[in-house]
Amino acid sequence: MAQWNRSGYFRSSGSRDVNPDLDGERQTASFSVERLTAILDGGADNTRTRRAVEAVIHSDPGFSRENQYFQSQNERYETAVRKSVYLKEKMHQMGWTEDGPEIKYCYRALGGDLAFNVHRVFKNSILALGTDEQIAKWIPLADKYHIIGTYAQTELGHGTFLRGLETTAIFDISTQEFTLNTPKISAMKWWPGDLGRSATHAVVFAQLYIKGKCYGLHAFILQIRSLHDHSPAPGVIVGDIGPKMNFEHIDNGYLMLQNINIPRENMLSRFSQVLPDGTYMKQGSDKINYLTMIITRVQILWTEVIPMLLKACTIAIRYSVVRRQSKLNPGDPEAKILDYQTQQQKLLPLLATAYAFHFMNAYVNEFYNKGYTEIKQENFDSLPELHALTSGLKAIITEYCTAGAEVCLRACGGHGYSALSGLPFLYTKLAASCTYEGENTVLFLQTARFLVKCLAAVHSGQPIPPSAAYLYSVDSGKCQAWTKMDFLRPDIYGEAYRHRATRLLGNAATKLQALVQSGAEQHEAWNQCTVQLVQAAKAHCHYIVVKNFIDTVEKLRNEAEIQKIVKHLCDLFALHGIFSNTGEFLHAGYISGDQMDMVTASYLDLLAIIRNDAVPLVDAFDFTDESLNSALGSYDGHVYQRLYEWAQKSPTNQQVRTVGYCHGVWGSQGPAPSFPAIHRDSQPDGNTEGLLDNRNTVPSRACRYNQDPSARFLCGGQGAKTPNLGFPVSSPPAQNFKKPLQPTPSSPPRLLLSPLSSSPAKVSPGPTPLLAQVSSLK
Amino acid sequence: MNKDLRRERDSASFNPELLTHILDGGAERTRRRREIEALVLNDPDFQHEDLNFLSRSQRYEEAIRKSALMVVKLREYGIADPDEIYWFKRTCQGSFAEPIGLHFSMFTNTLQNQCSLAQQDKWLPPTYGLQIIGTYAQTEMGHGTHLRGLETTATYDPTTQEFILNSPTVTSIKWWPGGLGKTSNHAIVLAQLYTQGQCKGLHAFIVPIRQLGTHEPLPGITVGDIGPKFGYDEMDNGYLKMDNFRIPRENMLMKYAKVEPDGTYVKPVSDKLTYGTMVFIRSLIVGDSARSLSRACTIAIRYSSVRHQSELKPGDPEPQILDYQTQQYKLFPLLATAYAFHFVGAYMKKTYHRITGDINQGDLSQLPELHALTAGLKAFTSWTANAGIEECRMACGGHGYSRCSGLPDIYVTFTPSCTYEGENTVMMLQTARFLIKSYTQVSSGQLVSGMVSYLNDLSGQHIQPQQVAARPTTVHINDPASLVEAYKLRASRLVEAAAKNLKAELNRRKSQEDAWNRTSVDLVRASEAHCHYVVVKLFTTQLSEINDAAVHAVMNNLCLLYALYGISKHTGDFLQAGILTDAQVTQVYQRVKELLTAIRPNAVALVDAFDFHDNHLGSVLGRYDGNIYENMFEWAKKSPLNKTEVHESFHKHLKPMQAKL
Repeated sequence: MAQWNRSGYFRSSGSRDVNPDLDGERQTASFSVERLTAILDGGADNTRTRRAVEAVIHSDPGFSRENQYFQSQNERYETAVRKSVYLKEKMHQMGWTEDGPEIKYCYRALGGDLAFNVHRVFKNSILALGTDEQIAKWIPLADKYHIIGTYAQTELGHGTFLRGLETTAIFDISTQEFTLNTPKISAMKWWPGDLGRSATHAVVFAQLYIKGKCYGLHAFILQIRSLHDHSPAPGVIVGDIGPKMNFEHIDNGYLMLQNINIPRENMLSRFSQVLPDGTYMKQGSDKINYLTMIITRVQILWTEVIPMLLKACTIAIRYSVVRRQSKLNPGDPEAKILDYQTQQQKLLPLLATAYAFHFMNAYVNEFYNKGYTEIKQENFDSLPELHALTSGLKAIITEYCTAGAEVCLRACGGHGYSALSGLPFLYTKLAASCTYEGENTVLFLQTARFLVKCLAAVHSGQPIPPSAAYLYSVDSGKCQAWTKMDFLRPDIYGEAYRHRATRLLGNAATKLQALVQSGAEQHEAWNQCTVQLVQAAKAHCHYIVVKNFIDTVEKLRNEAEIQKIVKHLCDLFALHGIFSNTGEFLHAGYISGDQMDMVTASYLDLLAIIRNDAVPLVDAFDFTDESLNSALGSYDGHVYQRLYEWAQKSPTNQQVRTVGYCHGVWGSQGPAPSFPAIHRDSQPDGNTEGLLDNRNTVPSRACRYNQDPSARFLCGGQGAKTPNLGFPVSSPPAQNFKKPLQPTPSSPPRLLLSPLSSSPAKVSPGPTPLLAQVSSLK
Repeated sequence: MNKDLRRERDSASFNPELLTHILDGGAERTRRRREIEALVLNDPDFQHEDLNFLSRSQRYEEAIRKSALMVVKLREYGIADPDEIYWFKRTCQGSFAEPIGLHFSMFTNTLQNQCSLAQQDKWLPPTYGLQIIGTYAQTEMGHGTHLRGLETTATYDPTTQEFILNSPTVTSIKWWPGGLGKTSNHAIVLAQLYTQGQCKGLHAFIVPIRQLGTHEPLPGITVGDIGPKFGYDEMDNGYLKMDNFRIPRENMLMKYAKVEPDGTYVKPVSDKLTYGTMVFIRSLIVGDSARSLSRACTIAIRYSSVRHQSELKPGDPEPQILDYQTQQYKLFPLLATAYAFHFVGAYMKKTYHRITGDINQGDLSQLPELHALTAGLKAFTSWTANAGIEECRMACGGHGYSRCSGLPDIYVTFTPSCTYEGENTVMMLQTARFLIKSYTQVSSGQLVSGMVSYLNDLSGQHIQPQQVAARPTTVHINDPASLVEAYKLRASRLVEAAAKNLKAELNRRKSQEDAWNRTSVDLVRASEAHCHYVVVKLFTTQLSEINDAAVHAVMNNLCLLYALYGISKHTGDFLQAGILTDAQVTQVYQRVKELLTAIRPNAVALVDAFDFHDNHLGSVLGRYDGNIYENMFEWAKKSPLNKTEVHESFHKHLKPMQAKL
């Protein structure tokens, strides 16, 4: 049993207040949750730091997320700005620095609902593309938020394809200035975060023209709003692009530029520069513009993408052991829905995927840090591989995480659809990730292009980068598994993945070559093979993830218990991938039909094994309730009470409620326009007693609540013999529960700005006349 | 009109108007539909601000306003045919939910079908007159699809001849019913009936919840809105808690089951009768799957013809993104699926009406099969459409994520159909139960009929998968009829495999239910394969009813694409069962890509044929005229954040921060 020695709101009381169904799951963990948490955090020290940061953030009502799901776009934006500003103050107060370890834990604790995220991209792009002088000039201003920056690349008419961007920057030798223009409507910058309302400056990507010649895309620093009154600079038309599926806290914006002049020094010039006489100087790789995008891709994976899947799994799995529905055996109580094989099949492979990606992320970061250092030293050798690897992994991870969060949402049935489950929020945030920072299909094709080159290098005996080195190993013919147990061997399934990746790439490349040899133009041949190439790139990325998972398991050799459970997850991840793509493994006969039945058998066995540790495995992610912000997924499992409680806070329900014991009786004589209601006094009588006695012959939820001290009040506080089965409506529901279900005490209700909330009336003011109007129809 | 879209339309090989007639069920129906749509579109009373810029309570109010208006106008125009009402409604509300929608569907229908004659006289007039606005309260916080688990109680008290309604636990609070939170003054409540000390199971009761006139909740009733959701912003899904709330005995719906004044319980004749309603609602969901996916395809395909990006050939202008194979591969199979589901929906509706005739004549024999099979089709089509809509959204890149694309709304409005009216996995398992039953029947020598008759080919003896595999491979990948056979073989192979695994589990474990649970992954696969077969079969059948040669040619390609794409996504099943060889699978992949090229010139005409008016589509990206970028800009300018040039947050937060740091 994990001990939660921390000031988390719900966890401080240990298991006493936890829903018994959830508590039971924790008693039987096969490993130390605390130890696994430390491993996931990269060491117990990190866990300590993280929890300390979370405790500070969560104990401060200024960071409350209580009303998040009830806010309008405007309110969410304002809240994000307010919290971001407040966070700077808090960090200053705590002595946490921008490059310290605490900041990422702040983001984690706050669930990412902060403004100025693109401010970081702005800074990163200057750090990556700027000269030392430019860094010295701009970064201190940005650090102190004297200027607020955004990164304006995407246009209304152009996204992932950078060369197609239409914004222009024309160099004028006479004035030593660039003139920036968005010459037509499709050239308008569109989507950059923080642009719509917040930013004062932007790094703008534009086609550079000198003496009538186009030198391609370059980055320029541009002031777009006044530092005094925040009004747009002359020639700048800027605004918010309107509501989206999520990210309503971010003011994604548009930007039109009409003859804006900026000094020559405002072009970011580490890798290419324009001399005063108009001479264009270039050093380094063509791909250097991609560097900021690589940085951003790596960062979003661990800030915006992978944690969302971890959270979705936490919510869905905890809910699935609290929710009971239908019966597995006649006469038994209703079963936990996680005991249904179909529910396990939905959620447990996702849990394994969450672990796979978490470990993959560690690898990518390491790989990236090494490459970034080299590139900054103007050694561009690793850039193509870094670009290919991060492109493909960004695509596969965002695709799987998005699909996974949606499965979690639907696996929670109707309640998953409630905003209060937190799952719509997670899903809609993830859904954006498949198209932002590079559209996934385009990214897969970039990886494929790299792989096709690697394959050509293999054939001509040249060295190839490490991540594709497996293309060199010799084909082993057929899968060597004889029993279903063999499919629990990483060498067996690892080889199957390798074989599939090699085969699909080989097929695509052969097809490409055949088309070219038969006279097709290169580009046409490429387009004709893109479906296959995407398939090959996915198989490659899938193999990389499986391989890394296998390596991670091996490294855990000093942690017997942990290694065992992580190995199960690794097996499940790998076998689920085969089970879900049977055709790709069967085709060409590497795995036979009989072997595929073994895969299925082993896969289903693993579901039952991991089922037992499912809750401890999500507990190990160690998300605070505040960070999950889910009525279904909290640590204590009091799902229904919380759902009911939170619904009361909806602006649609800000009203006095009916209290007291009254019986409404419908005493009308036939249809009439008015139906008088007769009120009677409460009469707890023998009939109700009789009902209770009857009910006690079948296991009822009421009885279970009676055994649960925390829920005793639900049955009137008297135990099973109480004549009153309803909960006391004479007190407001908030007091029905032992303690407030959200850390609410000091959070003001001022954010409930909806028109419905401003009325003290019981009946919503707007609709009534309309309903009355409908009712008056004959 | 945008020049790309004009060119696409000019180069279509068929007349989309003819296809529209087929979808509508005849030229006359198309004409009438447009006539009714025009009534709404040309009516200034129905104009309103873009819903994307309104708060939830404003959207609710707008929906109520339109509902009220709609009821008046429908009566004014004398529109009473259900299809015509539906067309009118759809044009008013788009695809959004309607707070009083449940009043017209579930509440009124239930009264009509389950009231005794005396009850009808009492309740129907005020229901038609909307003095009573009702909803249908079944789902509870702790219980959904598993009806027997519902906890609300209705205890009969013979001394006063009343039922006492209670929500005994938190989990028993009614949760989710549409229109319950703020709109309705009555609800049909499903509760466990207790009389003479015994539980008689689930029954329906008419429960007044708000005072007529003042609309205040009645004493003993706690009612409210369940808060914000993924979508359905305009719907006041509600909760309802009852504390010793008394209603007269006559408020129990007593056409079938009865409670006598002394408390004696009289059993209903058949419990299968409620199946009819469920079949009907599921057929509506199948139709909705088709329509929602069609709308998404319309938006994505039009946008993909207008959007230019990147380069195919160095030096050439940027091509339309619809010219990329990967884009075609995303969208055309979905387009084919949308058509396929249209035909399935039409088939289900027709079958429902046929069978309803039988029911009225007392013949319930076909109901269980239909009930079981429609469960699976509901799940199959809603799952596929759900994923397809998101695929369409992502195929529109970043702009698909903006609310102006209309795609987020289509998705969030559609996605709950995967869980409501029966959670999809549970639905698949219901179908599986029927398939296993039929398989067992065949194994014991009896023949089965209907859509499962292919199981008869197993001819009473256990055919081993090897024997299936040993059959001569005769699948012709260009012949839809032959592909139907391939899907049929796959379905029978998977049903057989599931049945055998179930038997093996049964030999190993003591309980039937445990064995069933441990086979449920196989069982769901079998159901999916069966449904997939049904869809391919119905699409193929439809082809023979198309007379126009040009339309037939296009639809034939779509049907082939649907069938072959399905194979390419499930090659494992076809390979493992020996239905297709490695070489044939390679051919299937190739043929799919050829079909993409063949369909490409007709893609825009194929979505035009769905004939969605721009208002109904609700999408800047999917506009008929294709003038996308200028309209996106116009739309954005109306965003609430743009109300002032400098947002108040600057003065409240940014400026003070800059001063401090």
